Amino acid sequence: MRKIIELKNVSKAFDGQTVLDNVSLDIYDNEFLTLLGPSGCGKTTTLRIIAGFESPDSGSLSFLGEDILSLPPHRRNVNTVFQRYALFPHLNVFENIAFPLREKKVPQDEIRGKVDEMLRLVALTGFEKRSVTSLSGGQQQRVAIARALISRPKVLLLDEPLAALDLKLRKDMQQELKNIQKATGITFVFVTHDQEEALSMSDTVVVMSEGRIQQIGTPIDIYNEPRNAFVADFIGESNILSGIMLQDRLVRFSGRDFPCVDEGFARNEPVDVVIRPEDVVIVPKGQLRGTVTSVTFLGVHYEIIVDIGGFKWMIQTTGFADVGDEIGIYVDPENIHIMKKSEYSGLFGDYSSFSNEFDELSDAESEAEP
Amino acid sequence: MKEKNGLRLARRLALGPYGLWAMLFILVPLLFVAYYAFTDNDFAFTTDNIARFFTATSVSDGVVTHTYLLIFWRSLKLAVISTVICLLMGYPIAYILSRSPLRTQKILITLIMIPMWMNFLIRTYAWMTILQDTGILNSFLRLLSLRPVHIIGTEGAVVIGMVYDYFPYMILPIYSVMAKMDVRLEEAARDLGCNSFGVLRRVIFPLSLPGVISGVTMVLIPSISTFYISQKLGNGKFYLIGDAIEGQYVANNLHFAAAIAFILMVILLIGMALMQRYANSRAAA
Ligand SMILES: Nc1ncnc2c1ncn2[C@@H]1O[C@H](COP(=O)(O)OP(=O)(O)O)[C@@H](O)[C@H]1O
Ligand SMILES: [Mg+2]
Repeated sequence: MRKIIELKNVSKAFDGQTVLDNVSLDIYDNEFLTLLGPSGCGKTTTLRIIAGFESPDSGSLSFLGEDILSLPPHRRNVNTVFQRYALFPHLNVFENIAFPLREKKVPQDEIRGKVDEMLRLVALTGFEKRSVTSLSGGQQQRVAIARALISRPKVLLLDEPLAALDLKLRKDMQQELKNIQKATGITFVFVTHDQEEALSMSDTVVVMSEGRIQQIGTPIDIYNEPRNAFVADFIGESNILSGIMLQDRLVRFSGRDFPCVDEGFARNEPVDVVIRPEDVVIVPKGQLRGTVTSVTFLGVHYEIIVDIGGFKWMIQTTGFADVGDEIGIYVDPENIHIMKKSEYSGLFGDYSSFSNEFDELSDAESEAEP
Repeated sequence: MKEKNGLRLARRLALGPYGLWAMLFILVPLLFVAYYAFTDNDFAFTTDNIARFFTATSVSDGVVTHTYLLIFWRSLKLAVISTVICLLMGYPIAYILSRSPLRTQKILITLIMIPMWMNFLIRTYAWMTILQDTGILNSFLRLLSLRPVHIIGTEGAVVIGMVYDYFPYMILPIYSVMAKMDVRLEEAARDLGCNSFGVLRRVIFPLSLPGVISGVTMVLIPSISTFYISQKLGNGKFYLIGDAIEGQYVANNLHFAAAIAFILMVILLIGMALMQRYANSRAAA
């Protein structure tokens, strides 16, 4: 695969506050790459540097091997779908989409043909004459995509394009974006703070936190082999315990030794152990025993919080247990994932203060943030 | 449904005082102007006053001129020149202002507005002392051993006075439209291939058009009908339509003064309607 964009050791600070810290990232031809991270971690800034609206304090940015940091935005072969679309209110749908072609003085009948093609691609045929302010959020979104795609950029940057849409529409648009990416073969760099969206759409996921890249990998890699406690916690639910790697394929945590499949750690190296809630099995005796402190019914499964020696585990199971029950648990060696200690160790992965409501509240907040 | 009607009634009642105010201080005076314009000294109907505006001539050195048409033409010319200068200076300033840090914006807007708090007679006198042949400007030029300039009593001096007087009325409406404009639209335009001039031509200018139109209206109309500036800064050589109205009024020719005012108003209304139509057609395109 051909490398299109390469960021190397890019750093950026605003008012003395570091926003990007030594970010290096390769973006390849034809891939759907997602920047994933909580609000404020520097995703938008990364896109703006690629598009040319910000310049980094240090580091380099190359496009097909050529340094483009000195190129102004209009000379870069990259287009952006802005967070709130930024459609031109004084132009109708047709003229919004035709905007880049008019700048290049493309003949009228060619413009006509290309705009028609784009309208078909985003399923807006017949909307040419409509004012963009009369469109719904989803339709404005499509106009923004068509406008950014019409001059066939090598790379399309999308900054949380679906954040303003309701759930149902968001799911549809996820699929549609994926289809558009496949149909056009254009590289998509997509920004989201929604891990589910990132996992379901991307070829490559880049997890960011506090201006640093935490992990780059396929969705499956990121989910199954999180590199540190931050990634493990941010991608799905995780129980993260502090443990000691006694030897290859044997780890001690919660006062017991567990067989596992990881190797290559030093003898007696302190590690973080990740166990996904769906990998914990409730059994009569079990490797560990604890008391159920909360049960939530979520349709497909129950979400159960179990207190095991003071650490609260989350378990997802189709079986039922009642609050106060004493249960045993079993985890398959394959499902015990060992990570090196990091600055995030001990910060995540304990469900002591767990509450569904809290989770939703913090989600809503981060979505309201522009 | 009932609630809605109640709301509508409440709104109407709230608008009541304004309606009354508008009637008393806008509509009634206008009707008086029209009434005086179409009556003679005995308040009998006549179109003589109107006709006099178009036919009055004066002869000097054997040259016949249509006095009032000439005055109107001169007023229009100076007003248009002043408006164009205000627009050319005001537009970039308004843009830069709208993109400055908020604190800077507030300070500069206050500075721009301060002259508006001064009486315009005083402002005009101030310009007289600056522009006179022995005034501040020429003293300054002499100090630098440069040649003094003769400005006072020229059309240029009148234009300077008008531009100074009406400049804030050009900047403020353009600035307020630009301050509300979404900066990301400019970024989007650059992203889609526009250089700086393209962004100005295809995004900033069309979106600021409503501000430009109200700025032009707010400068052009008062500067057409301005008086006094021309008497003081033009040494009375450039009698303008506002001076004509004032002159007739002072000479107690109320009916003819009203007729000139009436004709001016009709011409301005037609001009404004045309401008609005242009703006709407731009908006629709
Ligand atoms: N132009 C700017 N001036 C000052 N601070 C900024 C600017 N742009 C972004 N920031 C700050 O940089 C941090 C990262 O912002 P951003 O890249 O927008 O994050 P994300 O898109 O991941 O939410 C935030 O703390 C934000 O407040
Ligand atoms: Mg952002």
